[in-house]
Amino acid sequence: MASTTVVDFPSNFIKALGNPQLRRNLRAAMDTLGLRRRTLFADPAFFAQLRARGDAIRQRSLRKLPQLLEQLERKCTENGIQVHWAETTTEASQICLDLIQRHNATRVIKGKSMVSEEMHLNHVLEEHGIEALETDLGEYIIQLDHETPSHIIVPAIHKNRDQIAHLFHEKIPDTPYTEVVEELNAIARKVLREKFFAGEVGVSGANFAVAETGTLCLVENEGNGRMCTTAPPVHIVVMGLEKVVERLEDVPPLLRLLTGSATGQLITTYFNMITSPRKPGEKDGPREVHLVLLDNGRSKILADPQLRETLKCIRCGACLNHCPVYTRLGGHAYGYVYPGPIGSILTPQIEGLDHAGAMASASSLCGACEEVCPVKIPITHILRRLRNESYNKVDSPNAVKGHGYKSNLAESLTWKGWAMSNAAPWANALNAKMLAMLGSQLTKLTKVELVKNWSQGRTLPRFAPKSLHVLAKEKGIPHE
Amino acid sequence: MSTRPEKVYFFGTCLIDLCYPQAGMAGIDLLQQQGIEVVFPQKQSCCGQPAYNAGFPEETKKVARQQLKAFPKDYPIVVPSGSCGGMLKHHYPRLFADEPEAAEAQRFAGRVYELTEFLVTVLDVKLEDRGPPIKATWHSSCSALREMGVIEHSKSLIRQLQNVELIELQRERECCGFGGTFSVKQPDLSSAMVADKAADIEQTGASVVLSGDCGCLLNIGGALEYRQIPIPARHIADFILERTHG
Repeated sequence: MASTTVVDFPSNFIKALGNPQLRRNLRAAMDTLGLRRRTLFADPAFFAQLRARGDAIRQRSLRKLPQLLEQLERKCTENGIQVHWAETTTEASQICLDLIQRHNATRVIKGKSMVSEEMHLNHVLEEHGIEALETDLGEYIIQLDHETPSHIIVPAIHKNRDQIAHLFHEKIPDTPYTEVVEELNAIARKVLREKFFAGEVGVSGANFAVAETGTLCLVENEGNGRMCTTAPPVHIVVMGLEKVVERLEDVPPLLRLLTGSATGQLITTYFNMITSPRKPGEKDGPREVHLVLLDNGRSKILADPQLRETLKCIRCGACLNHCPVYTRLGGHAYGYVYPGPIGSILTPQIEGLDHAGAMASASSLCGACEEVCPVKIPITHILRRLRNESYNKVDSPNAVKGHGYKSNLAESLTWKGWAMSNAAPWANALNAKMLAMLGSQLTKLTKVELVKNWSQGRTLPRFAPKSLHVLAKEKGIPHE
Repeated sequence: MSTRPEKVYFFGTCLIDLCYPQAGMAGIDLLQQQGIEVVFPQKQSCCGQPAYNAGFPEETKKVARQQLKAFPKDYPIVVPSGSCGGMLKHHYPRLFADEPEAAEAQRFAGRVYELTEFLVTVLDVKLEDRGPPIKATWHSSCSALREMGVIEHSKSLIRQLQNVELIELQRERECCGFGGTFSVKQPDLSSAMVADKAADIEQTGASVVLSGDCGCLLNIGGALEYRQIPIPARHIADFILERTHG
């Protein structure tokens, strides 16, 4: 998972595509999420207006990011929240580890957080003898099975009810086998309740941080987030530094876009706004609240006006739910924390094209992701940019890490040749003539990779004996 | 309704040029039937999209400049493809934004129409179906759907044909998996996507699948033929011409 590992995309893809159970589970789940979203945003004019607002808010937040981060730190500090800055995931994990060890804690309860996944925090804590228990139901399920999230919103979406029933029966002591959803919920609830009371430190993410008030917002449906952020004496929030918004009034439209796009909900069951630790005289809440702000390449992304748009993301997962590639692969095949369209533009920028650049080629550029993105991230344009910088070295400080990694003579010559033949009419005519002579003889070139790849489940194109240029001329169509 | 021009340019697209020239001739014919003079510049080639999507913008510009040169006059440019139309209309201005051709590319883009869009919104064509009763299904190309927004125009033409029953796909809005070089660079993903598309087409019980984009047609037609499903994949212009000629 870490950047040092080489992800074998082709074999991951083949494995995922060949798993009919996975394909069925994903398809059913994505259809449901897509339908719920469509139902909530049934009025296109309303959605267009709302997302224009969401886009504007996120653009403004990013434009002012350095000053908003300073304001956030100042406000949080005034409110009694301790702010920590981490340039790398290693630093962020170390900050969390130090805080946990300072309180001699060995039991951490966690609310769902993709940034903590990005940090591989559970792994780091485990290495130091600290138990980090995931309390979001989906996260709990995959943790039991030693898996990582396959989706950024619904982490266990690759599993169906039967698989979860078997997992609970096998992994949770004294658990009779049941496929009844309510009973499965009750089993998890019982285990988690006990853990909530025993948790010494709570760790969560945050969906937005409001600079003007120093408020950390956490969206959730299960109440586990509320427990993690209030039951233990210490609460640590880990957050990517791009999640800041300027004003409190920026939150409602983004919240509406987030829940509507993610799960088709008008509002989630819980919405936590955390502005300070327990104050004198208050009867509950943590004694300490810490905010860990993670950079991990985000500042570099921010510096480029086009790539910056990646950071508008509010992590709703709608692009995954509507992606014809994600729907067929699930998240694990991508091999990195953030899968799907957003993962395919974010991950190569963070990890470097030389590690994760292949993710940018796993898209037909169909644009279904852009159509649903609540903050109008130009995903396909960024994918093209990443493809360009994969092949071509770029002389710019904003060049994506690992640019030019795929540079090779054969590919550049192919495109140079293609450009030549299409930029010169005589060459284009000659090319058409040659292909016409080839006709349907392509089938004999089975050793050519292009031909071999196309032939996977498709018959080959047949070139017409006369091109449109020739036919038009013969029919006397004027050409001026 | 835009004003009806006397003359239009026809941008044939490279795929039609090489593999589906009859669809191109059908498009020209449909325009001529409406009393429009069609000009087919012989110096045209490809819109440049293959290189653009593969990540080679410089090579794309070389080819795109040739198209800017090949269509110099003020006539509308009619394109029998949502995908190439989208490239010319929406991506050229972006591609040339920082180049001397910026203004030229903007003007060029403003003249581009997808064929069915032009037939419906500019020419307001009325079709008379002379063919026997038939069931047809329709595949929306992603660019016709999302970049050009012309799907309703295409389908409205099919609906004008009295003896053609249009049966919609269950997943009409889902990509067929062509994606230009995607089809050969990610053959496993691409073929998994088109396999599902072929199954969706087969379950409609239609005897022909229509689309306005030849990339999709190559992909879908190839997949249907590979599976020996006897449903031809045809360009909408070709189909309409045949139906209205009887």
